[in-house]
Amino acid sequence: MVPLSYYLVLSGILFACGVAAFLIKRNIITIFMSIELMLNGVNLSFVAFAAHWHALAGQIFVFFVMVVAAAEAAVGLAIIIAVYRTRETLNIDQVNLLKL
Amino acid sequence: MSVHLILFLAFGAVAVAGAINLLAQTHPINSALSLIAVMAALAGEYLLLGAEFLAAVQVIVYAGAVMVLFVFVIMLLNAGVEEHTQGSRIAITLGVPGALIGSLLIAWVVLRHSGTEAVAAGALAGAPKTIAPLLFHEFLLPFEITSILILIAIMGAVVLASKPPTSPAAPTLREVD
Repeated sequence: MVPLSYYLVLSGILFACGVAAFLIKRNIITIFMSIELMLNGVNLSFVAFAAHWHALAGQIFVFFVMVVAAAEAAVGLAIIIAVYRTRETLNIDQVNLLKL
Repeated sequence: MSVHLILFLAFGAVAVAGAINLLAQTHPINSALSLIAVMAALAGEYLLLGAEFLAAVQVIVYAGAVMVLFVFVIMLLNAGVEEHTQGSRIAITLGVPGALIGSLLIAWVVLRHSGTEAVAAGALAGAPKTIAPLLFHEFLLPFEITSILILIAIMGAVVLASKPPTSPAAPTLREVD
């Protein structure tokens, strides 16, 4: 038996790590991975709430979050490839202009 | 200390260690591998909560497909060790205490107000057999819309990642004539 708050704290820690990595990291790919980490943290709290309130809809919602995350990863990585092709760099500090 | 709590703590420790490792590593491939560890540990947490279907999808889609895509792009672009850049001073002086205060507030509110009722292991069956009717009856429309979303994402990825067409030389006046 694990209290609901433990799951929420764990999901909060994961989300906070994701936010910190998003702000600290300077590689575009790593920044993108930290977004995935944040999504995972939120998914955990969805599943914990679903189990707590006996509502299976929470698990369905996590399924949809995963689908959207997969689509987002595909498009985002394609954008990263396009950025790398024009800038020849993955450092976010050197990608500070929308226009070349 | 029940087995459930021990398993929760073990998986949670792996997840948090992986998340911190993602933050600490400088090479993107190491960050990607630690993110895979986080996702596998979260699949274990889902199993503890009875979400069997989600645990399987987490491993197959997230730790499998999405992370393979990430590793593939890292190797394709030959990403090296990231260059460390100096952050602004105001971000350190204001950001670190702000983040600490914010996380403490959130932890306090969660621990204070979310109650102490325990979540039983496997209290809610999330087996594919129970998920499927929900997915294909109540949530049929969103489910079908996600297929359109995936289709658009595939086309967008192909268009974005494909090489820009080498622009043919602009037709000169003579050619137009």
